[in-house]
Amino acid sequence: MATHQSRSAARLMMAPAVVLLLGWMLVPLSMTLYFSFKKYLPLRGGDLGWVGLENYTRFVTSSAFWPSVQATLVIVGAVLVITIVLGILLAMLLDQPMWGQGIVRILVIAPFFVMPTVSALVWKNMFMDPVNGLFAHLWQFFGLAPIEWLSQASMTSIIMIVSWQWLPFATLILLTAIQSLDGEQMEAAEMDGAPALSKFFHLVLPHMARAITIVVLIQMIFLLSIFAEIFVTTQGSFGTRTLTYLIYQRVLESQNVGLGSAGGIFAVILANIIAIFLMRIVGKNLDA
Amino acid sequence: MARTVTTNRKIINTAAAWTIGLLIFFPILWTILTSFKSEATAIADPPVFLFFDWSLENYRVVLERSDYGRFLLNSVIIAGGSIILGIIVAVPAAWSMAFVPGKYTKDILLWMLSTKMLPAVGVLYPIYLIFIKMGLLDSRIGLTVILMLINLPIIVWMLYTYFREIPGEILEAARMDGATLREEIVYVLTPMAVPGIASTLLLNFILAWNEAFWTLNLTAAKAAPLTAFIASYSSPEGLFYAKLSAASTMAIAPILILGWFSQKQLVRGLTFGAVK
Repeated sequence: MATHQSRSAARLMMAPAVVLLLGWMLVPLSMTLYFSFKKYLPLRGGDLGWVGLENYTRFVTSSAFWPSVQATLVIVGAVLVITIVLGILLAMLLDQPMWGQGIVRILVIAPFFVMPTVSALVWKNMFMDPVNGLFAHLWQFFGLAPIEWLSQASMTSIIMIVSWQWLPFATLILLTAIQSLDGEQMEAAEMDGAPALSKFFHLVLPHMARAITIVVLIQMIFLLSIFAEIFVTTQGSFGTRTLTYLIYQRVLESQNVGLGSAGGIFAVILANIIAIFLMRIVGKNLDA
Repeated sequence: MARTVTTNRKIINTAAAWTIGLLIFFPILWTILTSFKSEATAIADPPVFLFFDWSLENYRVVLERSDYGRFLLNSVIIAGGSIILGIIVAVPAAWSMAFVPGKYTKDILLWMLSTKMLPAVGVLYPIYLIFIKMGLLDSRIGLTVILMLINLPIIVWMLYTYFREIPGEILEAARMDGATLREEIVYVLTPMAVPGIASTLLLNFILAWNEAFWTLNLTAAKAAPLTAFIASYSSPEGLFYAKLSAASTMAIAPILILGWFSQKQLVRGLTFGAVK
């Protein structure tokens, strides 16, 4: 249906978006790549020349690197497991007939709309504070010694905060998926007297497989780059320094741009590996 | 044929769902409640839930002392500006991809999405440097452009999925009646596209409002939005719970309300149309 003329018009209309995103991707990324091969210390001499791959080897061999990779993997992994498992259970519960379903849905989704700095600070001060936090009161009520959450159980604390933020997202997506499950199929299974557990594993879970995959991939992308939650709570101390936070510290706090840029390239590669999988699923859906 | 459930079952469902729902919502509820307490009540042991002297004092103090208005204004301008710029760039692009798809449309869409996956920290210094060189550090305009760029892929995608649902026959009919491309867009397409554009604006406003990497790293005193203002409470000052709560409540209330309207769009927008 498209004429030659409308094709060129279409190209013209696409151009601004394509050019902007191309610039947004290529310009800073090639700068990062450029810096990553240089000894570059803006506050201590500036550009001190090419160093080849030294930044990369130094970044990987520094004592902070592996702990940061580990912290990143633990946070991402734990949050994924918590949000997916609880998300499935919660979505199945919310799919059941009940009174006030709409309101419950709103209550469950709400944390997703709270800005990261607010949720981190509210948890840090009003729940996890060892003197005045609600958890401290609760622990004392049961005769236990209050925990200094953000230092003694720093990773658990971060994982709790981030899981609270992302559980709504997982629940909402999985609920949408469950609701598209064919009611008649469920009924047939019920009439055949299939036990609840087998119904779950043979019907519900396979139906949700794609939605779960999408939740995992999208959350991974966002979780790999969580920043504000650490910035306003532990500032990366007590073993909570993730790869993202380590790079941030190298670049802006210690102003070692070359080293931080090499780390940045690692982060870009890591994100791209995950992105490839996500693209495949989304791309398949585009054809359908 | 609807699934039949016993009343008993429904009562159990309701009780379980409400308990969990309230538990999840509790931190927000607690923040809102605390914002109406005095600082002493806020840290009272044992904690006080509902029976205290409700007061708007904290709101008054926050509004008076901390230039709250400027932070709020920055949030509105930056988030609002970024989605308006984004829509201006994205509507033509999404329109052409939905109605005049070419051989590479799908690849372009996926590539756009891939730019969204770029970890911000990987380009932090270059952006920082460009901002210093161009005098954009701590400026509203600079941050507006950055937020527009990071949300542009989502805006294009959402619009694309909405536009694709508009039947092409209508456009053909308009074309047969001699409508020009411009008329086609202004009189035929726009009215049908308004709901989709509105939901796109809504969700991306929320995302821009809550963005907390660039807003924290590229602003200082002048252009800082609410995310940065709240972060300034992170220094250990245990005696300011009530004020922190009041400031937080004001920062999240508008978005909570907007967010509740955008539940459906949330699914579509954040899964890039892969779950509907």
